[in-house]
Amino acid sequence: MTDLYVAQRAMRQMRKAALQRGLIAILDVGTSKVSCLVLRFDADGFEGKEGVGALAGQSLFRVIGAATTRSRGVSFGEIESMGEAERAIRTAVQAAQKMAQTRVDHVIACFSGGSVRSYGVAGETTVMDGIVSEQDIARVLASSDVPDFGPHREVLHAQPVNFALDHRSGLSDPRGQNGHSLMCDLHMLTADSASIQNLIYCIKRCDLELAGIVSGAYASGVSALVEDEQELGAACVDIGGGSSDVSIFMKKHMIYAESLKMGGEHITSDISMGLQVPFAVAERLKTYYGGVVATGMDDREMIEIGGDSGDWEKDRRMITRTELIGIIRPRVEEILEGIRDCLDAASFEHLPSQQIVLTGGSSQIPGLDSLAPQILGQQVRIGRPLRVRGLPQAATGAAFSASVGLALFSAHPKDEWWDFEVPHENYSVRSFRRAVRWVKNNW
Amino acid sequence: MRSLETPYAFAKPRTEGGSEKVSAAVSRVLNYHNQTREVKKDPAPSRNQYRLTRLWLTPSVRVFVKKILPLFVVTGVVALWFANADNRQMVVDAAYNMKRDIQTRPEFMVNLMAVDGASGELAEDIREIAFLDFPLSSFDINLPELQQTFAKLDAVEKVSVHVRTGGILQVDVTERLPSIVLRSELGVELLDDEGRRVGAIDRRQQRNDLPLIAGRGAEHHVVEALHIYKMASPFIERVRGLVRVGERRWDIVLDRDQIIQLPEVGGEAVLEEFVGLVSAQDILNRDFEVIDLRNPQRVTIKLSKNEIQRRTGSDVLSAGVFQND
Repeated sequence: MTDLYVAQRAMRQMRKAALQRGLIAILDVGTSKVSCLVLRFDADGFEGKEGVGALAGQSLFRVIGAATTRSRGVSFGEIESMGEAERAIRTAVQAAQKMAQTRVDHVIACFSGGSVRSYGVAGETTVMDGIVSEQDIARVLASSDVPDFGPHREVLHAQPVNFALDHRSGLSDPRGQNGHSLMCDLHMLTADSASIQNLIYCIKRCDLELAGIVSGAYASGVSALVEDEQELGAACVDIGGGSSDVSIFMKKHMIYAESLKMGGEHITSDISMGLQVPFAVAERLKTYYGGVVATGMDDREMIEIGGDSGDWEKDRRMITRTELIGIIRPRVEEILEGIRDCLDAASFEHLPSQQIVLTGGSSQIPGLDSLAPQILGQQVRIGRPLRVRGLPQAATGAAFSASVGLALFSAHPKDEWWDFEVPHENYSVRSFRRAVRWVKNNW
Repeated sequence: MRSLETPYAFAKPRTEGGSEKVSAAVSRVLNYHNQTREVKKDPAPSRNQYRLTRLWLTPSVRVFVKKILPLFVVTGVVALWFANADNRQMVVDAAYNMKRDIQTRPEFMVNLMAVDGASGELAEDIREIAFLDFPLSSFDINLPELQQTFAKLDAVEKVSVHVRTGGILQVDVTERLPSIVLRSELGVELLDDEGRRVGAIDRRQQRNDLPLIAGRGAEHHVVEALHIYKMASPFIERVRGLVRVGERRWDIVLDRDQIIQLPEVGGEAVLEEFVGLVSAQDILNRDFEVIDLRNPQRVTIKLSKNEIQRRTGSDVLSAGVFQND
């Protein structure tokens, strides 16, 4: 626990250093693609003026380099082959650097594997001096009873989402307020430590300094949900290549995250197996002719699926688009049902707002917007990432939600548990400080 | 690439007399399997290439390679090249040749020297000491030096040297005029009225129009000598010359070996008095050897032996004495 605390603080320091230098890279290691954005933080960014907010920091930076490459060595969002994944990261970073015409040393990475698990943690303490101070917050955070999340897991996020002072709840910043007992709710996200370590190792092998690790589910939610959705409560579903990340936001805090190990590549492999075509051909069929709602027109649309066997009969196979949709649709339904289960497990139906935003590469299947409401409820929309300055047109699609979300996150990071003060009681080594404080209090 | 593991390896190749279509299909299958069917790896930079690219994108490295390194390389190459003496010489020669090419353009060439205001002999002297080998570039002529050289000539009083348009070196000379002839052990020389040397002549007869002086130190008292000559104008036709005696006084030497000795100081006054005497008493026609005016109070005349004999009839060495009262 302390190790992680130190590591996370070190990463925070690294991120501050990177922002100071004004250059930071965003790395999204996904199952189907690895993308890298290079951000430049300008001093002349729009800081907000009367009537207009600071836009959550999104105007502070500019994307000066962007590159995407096909992912290799990654499956279900987790690194499977270190060498291959490293090569993919290298390719993306080098191309982005070339576009940016500068080298970047600091990188914030996001990944969606590691079977994330989310915990709600509550803590309670009495306010020492009647007025809530930084130390009280530190103590209430420290008093949170950390659940036993098992060995070989690490805390990825631990964000205080709510503070309650006596009978008042929903405080975002209780400092300076009068009260007696302070309570806090913490949302903690843990991930498999091995998959995190693998990612860290791959990034280190590319001579890059890690300035933060973010869950892909969280990053997608930051960029795909608009501000009022984040405020009122919404679920963001990033249907990616190998996994679908579900994150639920409420009052601008992520309160739940879950990763479903199903995604676009399963659809492709279904097509590949069902039609007996290579994976690449199946991917092409899916992206060119894919859909989830069959119409009469689709019965007449013949698709040549080809083959490479040299056998005339096999190489001249034709299918109707309806057949293709017949393969795709059950899998999409299965994914959506999985998402439904995730949301049910998170008791999403008890939230005041039932908005669901689908994003990610696989959310671009035509007809998904009519299929999804049948399974997920009426308030479903397909989301694309927020527009940020300098982002190339090719990187504005739904597949880049996590990348853009990460860029927004780097400009406007959320306070995590390790960003708060350490309660004095935990300073075993720094007893000198305690002595000074004792003298201060007693003289 | 054919291996026995593939089932198609057993298919027979195209045979004589077989069905065309079957053979085509079989060969297609065989060709298909004979192709290398490795899945092409996605392109990715190697670790070294990646590192090099990052290095190249480092601003300091870029500045060094693009600005500082070329400077060093160019400086180094130039320095190495100039380290060779031949190369250095080559550059110097090239620069010199270029300079020469400009200097020897016809516009800058001097083809002849014109000497104005000098007599034939002096002009010849000037041409001789100028020692210029025409045609010559005007850059190669040092005019001040040339002017000083000419001014050193005895016969030259003033000289100006300049290059005239048309490639002519113009020398304007003001000649010194001889006013007296000095005979010394070195020869016969011409002096001007300030005692400066003008030139040499072989014989005194060449300049009979000029008075003659002789004796050691005579050349320093030319003004005085000329004055004496002027005073002696009544009997100038008889004067052969002036002789400086003992570097202190003058003797006027007349023809018939007669001498008038003048005092060291006030010679002019004494001579003036004597000239009056000459015209009054016709002394100079008398037969004497020496008229001694050295002591103005007591002028002494030494008569010749013949005169003494004629006057006294005896061989007495005596002299008449004029009392200057």
